[in-house]
Amino acid sequence: MKNRKSDPFRSLKVGIGVLLVLVVYAYGFQVTKVNLGETKSENRQQQLFRILRALAHPSIFEYEKDVFEVRVPVMIPCPEGGFEPDPIADKTQPHMVVTPACSDVRTNVHVEGFNFEPLTRGPLNLIPFESGVNLQLANIQIDRFGHFETTILLPNRPGEEAHELVAITRRNIGSPYLTQTAYDTWDKIIETVFMALLATTLGTIIAIPLSFIASRNLMKDVKSSLLGMSLSILLIPIGLYLGFQIADWSSRISQIFTGSVMLALPGAVTTPLVVWFGLRWALPQQEVQVPSAGVRAARMVVLLVASFLFIIMLYLVSFLMLTWGSTLEKTLGNFGFLGRFIRDLGDILNTVIRIFVGLGCAGAFSSLAARWGEGLSRRRDMLSRVSHHVLAFVAGAMLAIILMAIVNWFYQFRDINVYLAYAGGIGALFGLFASLLYKSTDAVPSGMIIYYVSRTIFNALRSIEALVMAIVFVVWVGIGPFAGVMALGLHTIVSLAKLYSEQVESIMAGPLEAIQATGANRLQTIMYAVIPQIIPPYISYTMYRWDINVRMSTIIGFVGGGGIGFLLQQNINLLNYRAASAQMLAIAIVVASMDYISSVLREKYV
Amino acid sequence: MLKIQNLTKIYTGGVQALTDVTFDVPQGQFLAVIGLSGSGKSTLLRCINRLIEPTSGKVFWHDQDVTDASDDELRRIRRKIGMVFQHFNLVHRSPVLTNVLAGRLGYVNPAWSLVNRFPKSDNENAFKQMERVGIADKAHHRADELSGGQQQRVGIARAMMQNPEMILADEPVASLDPVLAHSIMQYLEKINKEDGMTVLCSLHFLDLVHRYADRVVALNQGRLMFDGSPKDIDDAKFKDIYGREAERVG
Repeated sequence: MKNRKSDPFRSLKVGIGVLLVLVVYAYGFQVTKVNLGETKSENRQQQLFRILRALAHPSIFEYEKDVFEVRVPVMIPCPEGGFEPDPIADKTQPHMVVTPACSDVRTNVHVEGFNFEPLTRGPLNLIPFESGVNLQLANIQIDRFGHFETTILLPNRPGEEAHELVAITRRNIGSPYLTQTAYDTWDKIIETVFMALLATTLGTIIAIPLSFIASRNLMKDVKSSLLGMSLSILLIPIGLYLGFQIADWSSRISQIFTGSVMLALPGAVTTPLVVWFGLRWALPQQEVQVPSAGVRAARMVVLLVASFLFIIMLYLVSFLMLTWGSTLEKTLGNFGFLGRFIRDLGDILNTVIRIFVGLGCAGAFSSLAARWGEGLSRRRDMLSRVSHHVLAFVAGAMLAIILMAIVNWFYQFRDINVYLAYAGGIGALFGLFASLLYKSTDAVPSGMIIYYVSRTIFNALRSIEALVMAIVFVVWVGIGPFAGVMALGLHTIVSLAKLYSEQVESIMAGPLEAIQATGANRLQTIMYAVIPQIIPPYISYTMYRWDINVRMSTIIGFVGGGGIGFLLQQNINLLNYRAASAQMLAIAIVVASMDYISSVLREKYV
Repeated sequence: MLKIQNLTKIYTGGVQALTDVTFDVPQGQFLAVIGLSGSGKSTLLRCINRLIEPTSGKVFWHDQDVTDASDDELRRIRRKIGMVFQHFNLVHRSPVLTNVLAGRLGYVNPAWSLVNRFPKSDNENAFKQMERVGIADKAHHRADELSGGQQQRVGIARAMMQNPEMILADEPVASLDPVLAHSIMQYLEKINKEDGMTVLCSLHFLDLVHRYADRVVALNQGRLMFDGSPKDIDDAKFKDIYGREAERVG
């Protein structure tokens, strides 16, 4: 062991360090306004006890009550010649005696009661003369013999006439029943649980495909030539536009059938059959030889027709769901919500078809374009070299103009055309620069670009709390649970996509390599090598997220996002602590049972 | 059938795994690749079907340039080359049958893979292949329930499902005990002798090389040190391949 010599500098450094830490904490006390005097004040402590006691009595059950009132006069202060209350007429009836019967303000008097209802309790109030105000002076507890005794401090309420002391005691009768608060809490906690369920489902469905494009190990092998990339970027907007057009055409064509259910029903039943046979023919299960160009073209046509029919079928289905849903809602009575569900699903379907057709068309165009571009770049002739530069130039300009248009949408510049022109020019220069940097045959790591872009978006959105997102959605869709579902759903998507993608990154590389070696393409590799490996962590993360969403949805109501939080906040603001306590209890029960259920399920399936 | 010309691989970070490797593989040969750990055997095998992208040099498969193949062409090339791995590389949570059927992925239409559908003929073929390696009774077990030797047989059945013209075996017996090692090697030999399959197999043990291989290529630090019959590896050659300090065992 080394001989440790004492080092004065070391000691000095430690000393300064300790001093610095002390200063930091002192400043922290100052900033957070630590105030122990306040916690010791009598007044504050009594308020605290009152609230804690209220919280300990959640307003869940209530009894019918018998109320007994006993009154006795008292003078503050004693008039000249003293004060003698009327003698008690019937001493077998409940009555109170105040000794002395009159006294100065802020002096103690002794109160004794006889022949009360045994074992009841309640407040002892002072009603100053003709004021109608109730000043609670004490809580009284009647013993088994109908007797109580207490000392009260008379308040600063001097008066010419006699005030009245009132003892109000109550006794529960009959069996307990649920309070209105309990019913409201039940309603809202159910809403809360289902908000969490919907948000988690929505988030999971969308996060799974996103997680694949945000995982490094899957994306780092995705490479393409700059030519293919530029071409596919250029064709995305065209595909999007065409997709929307196709969706609109099919919607219009489907309207021929939606005149009546008699027409729509056979349409919705026969089109899937046609589509199925079309797909069976156009997508042979396997082929050993490369098919001829004619066959490929014919298949393309059949596929196009099939997808067109499929879109029309979707519109028909959504129409049928809308009609039948509305009918069912009216006829099913108590189960009308099932009809409404079908109707709403039809509505959702109707809305998302257009989006999906647009996105699908854009995706198809851009992947076809990537193929063409790849083919073109492999020709290594003049044409490929020229288009390498030209397309990169144009694609760069277009990307920059689209970005600028988005920025403009937020900031609404006055002379937008100038800005667009500048952006286009700069983008084009960047494109040209990239095309000079890479040769036309070089493989550009396009996968990693997608990876970084998607990661950045996820991280940015993830750092915004769902509570904040809810504020935006409340503006959009109005106050209520729907806004909460949207906010929680969006937050679930981005955070699950990140968590999932980290799981994808940690899968074993061996099976991936083996499946690739069989000639599987990217989609097949994901289906057969990635998905089997990620099922257990995905289930576990989804459960965990459901758990979080249940907890989040209990407070998202604070900003108008629906659920039990709205009720809770209202009751806290109204100082109705017993009701708030019932809601907190409900939250605690739901969160604890979610915890238990998810741990059981995780153990079982993971 | 397979021509490798001036193949060089430099990993990002500067590790030179292969340097200017050139050799041909005629059809029907059982070719062993030997060398120390880290000598570039795995890299060589993976460069052939481009699981690893070579830095320079060319690989010709039936006179088609693999290094320049497009995605579609690569798919067609890969499905004709079966691959067997040291750690079997099965998908553990999937049933044995699915693992074996995965060998057909290079043939089936990706759209049908989305819904996990294989043609009926593939299913029958899968059971035939499993029977051939003696694991048909395990078809519906999860792959990780099998022992090492059984898992490697699943790996071979998967490779055979590809109806390949060549098998790349990357140290197929290095994680198995000697008895199992011989049984796996005998399968490979049987495929080689009976079906006339070309086998390119990297191996650790020289006795396995002597027993099974028609021809040996040896790598040392990424360079081709020897190319010839196993019988021709004398003590001098041995020291070239394995280094001056190496001792022959067995």
